[in-house]
Amino acid sequence: MIKVEGLSKRYARTVAVDDISFEVQKGQIVGFLGPNGAGKTTTMRVLTCFLPPTSGTAFVAGFDVMTASMDVKKRIGYLPELPPLYPEMEVIEYLTFVGRIKKIPKAELGQRLNEVIERCAIGDVRTKLVGKLSRGYRQRVGLAQAIIHNPDVLILDEPTAGLDPKQIIETRELITGLAGSHTIILSTHILPEVEQTCEQVIIINKGKVVATDSVHNLTNRLRGSEAVAVELEPQAGELTAAQAQQKLEQVSGVSRVIPKDARNGRLRFEVESLQGRSIRPELARAVVESGWSLHELYPVALSLEEVFLQLTASDVSAAQGGTQ
Amino acid sequence: MSSVWIVCRKELKSYFASPIAYGLMSFFALISGYFFYVATAIFVSRGMEMQMTGRGMPMDVNEWVIRPVLMNVSVIGLFLIPMITMRLFAEEKRSGTIELLATSPLRDIEVIVGKWLAAIMLYGAILGISALNMAILFLYGTPDWKPLLIGYLGLLLQGGCLLSIGTFISTTTRNQIIAGTATFAVCLLLWVFDWVSAYEQAAWAKVLSYLSVVTHFEPFSKGVLDTRDVVFYFSMIFFGLFLTARALESTRWRA
Repeated sequence: MIKVEGLSKRYARTVAVDDISFEVQKGQIVGFLGPNGAGKTTTMRVLTCFLPPTSGTAFVAGFDVMTASMDVKKRIGYLPELPPLYPEMEVIEYLTFVGRIKKIPKAELGQRLNEVIERCAIGDVRTKLVGKLSRGYRQRVGLAQAIIHNPDVLILDEPTAGLDPKQIIETRELITGLAGSHTIILSTHILPEVEQTCEQVIIINKGKVVATDSVHNLTNRLRGSEAVAVELEPQAGELTAAQAQQKLEQVSGVSRVIPKDARNGRLRFEVESLQGRSIRPELARAVVESGWSLHELYPVALSLEEVFLQLTASDVSAAQGGTQ
Repeated sequence: MSSVWIVCRKELKSYFASPIAYGLMSFFALISGYFFYVATAIFVSRGMEMQMTGRGMPMDVNEWVIRPVLMNVSVIGLFLIPMITMRLFAEEKRSGTIELLATSPLRDIEVIVGKWLAAIMLYGAILGISALNMAILFLYGTPDWKPLLIGYLGLLLQGGCLLSIGTFISTTTRNQIIAGTATFAVCLLLWVFDWVSAYEQAAWAKVLSYLSVVTHFEPFSKGVLDTRDVVFYFSMIFFGLFLTARALESTRWRA
C-alpha cells in the first residue's frame, strides 16, 4: 500500500530525512516511532504530498507522490499534529467543507457526515463552534476530518498528543477500530501506544530507519533470555542475602542472580535464565521448599522502551567509540 | 460544485463570521458618506449661487458629484484592501489549516482564485454601500447612469488588482499584521507613484506613473472605458495571482 524507497528530505542546513526505505502492507497499523526531531513529521508530509522529497520515491496506493499527487491526495486522510480546524466554523459546517474539498459526491455527503459523526462520537457538539471545543473534541473532529472520505490510507501525526488518559484510550480504540479497512500510519513518541495499537513498528532516529519489525519480534529479538524479579521473606533472622543468592543460583536453568536492595526486610533479586529456558515454576518451587515466604515473582519484560533506547542510543555510543 | 466556488464560499463565510466584514463596511460607509455629503453640499450651494447671480453655467451631477466621490472612494479602497487580504493565507499558515488544503485533492490555483474571488466579492459588497448614496442622486436628479457604471467597474478592477497583490503578500508570512502592513505599504506606493510625474518628466518617472493604479482609474471616473486601462488592470491581476501561485509552491519546497 505504501512503498518508500531511498527517500531523503534536506532543508537549507539540515537533513531531516536521510535515505529511508520501508513498505507497509494493506490493512496494517504501523507505528512510526522516534524521538522529537527524528523526521517523523517530515516523512508523513512527504507521503501526504505536502512536501516534495529531495530525492527518492514514495508510492501511496500505487501512485507516485510527485507525479500523481492528485490521485494520492484522493486516497489519503491526514491528521497533522495540530488538527487543521477553522475556529469560526461550526463542527458540521467544517466537516461539510472538508467533505466537499475531498470531492465526496453530493448524494453521499450526508450519509458520510452522519457516519463519521457517530464513529468519532461528536454528535453532541455538531452545531458548536470549532473554536469553542475542548482539546479532546478538537482531536476527534480532526480525526473525523481525516476519515470522512473513507481513504485507503490514514496518516496520523501524534494522534493522542495532549489528551487526557481517558481520551487517549478512546482515541486508540477508535484507531484500532479503523484498522483492516484502512492502512494506518501513526507517529508517536509514546512507546506503550505502539505496543498497544500497532502491529508493525518503524523506528526512526535522526532521519534514518533504525529498525522495522513487528512489535512482538522486536521485543523478543532483543530479549533472548528471560528475566524474573523475585521478592522473598526469610523466617526471622535465619537467612542472609548471600545464602539466598547461592540457593537461587542452584536452581536449574538460572544463569545469573543479581541482588537488589532489600525492602521492608524482604530480599529482592533479579534472576536471569539461560537462553530459551522458562524458570519461573522451578524458582517458585525452590523458594517454597526452603520454607521462605514468596511475595512476588514476575517476569521483567524488556519493554519496547528499552528496545527503543538500545536502538536509538546505539549509534550515539558507536559515534563516541569512533572518536576515541 | 467547482472547487473554486467551495473555497470562495468558505472564505466569504469566515469574513462574515468575524467582525472584519462589518467593521470595514461601517468604516467605509462613514468615510464615503462624508465625501458624498461634501460633494453634494458644494453642488447644491453652487446651484443656489448661480440662481442668485443669474449666471447660467452648465450644472452636471456626473461631473460635480459622482466623479469626485468615485476618485475619493478609489483612494479609500487602498486602505481597506490590506485588511481584506492580510488573513487569506497568513492565517491558514499560522493555524496549520494550509496542510488540510494542500493535502486535499485541490489544485493550488483553485485555492488561490477561490480566495481572491471571495476577497473581491467582499470588496464589491463594501463598494455597494456607496452605491446607496449614488441612488439618492437618482431620486432628485437625472444623472447619466452609464459613466457611473463604468466608474464602479473601474473601482472593482482597481480593487481586484490590489487584492491580488495583497493575496500574494499574504502567502509570504504567517503573521497577519506583517502581511497587512506590507500590503498597505505597497498600496500606498502604487498610489504615490502617480505624483512623481508632476515633478519629473524623465522616462523612469513615466514608467512609475504608469504603474500607479490611481492613474489608470482616472479615465474610469470620467466614464471613459479605455482598453489600455482594462488591460493594465487585468495583467496586474494575473501577475499578482501568478506570483501567489509561485510563492505558495516555493514555501512548500522550502517549508
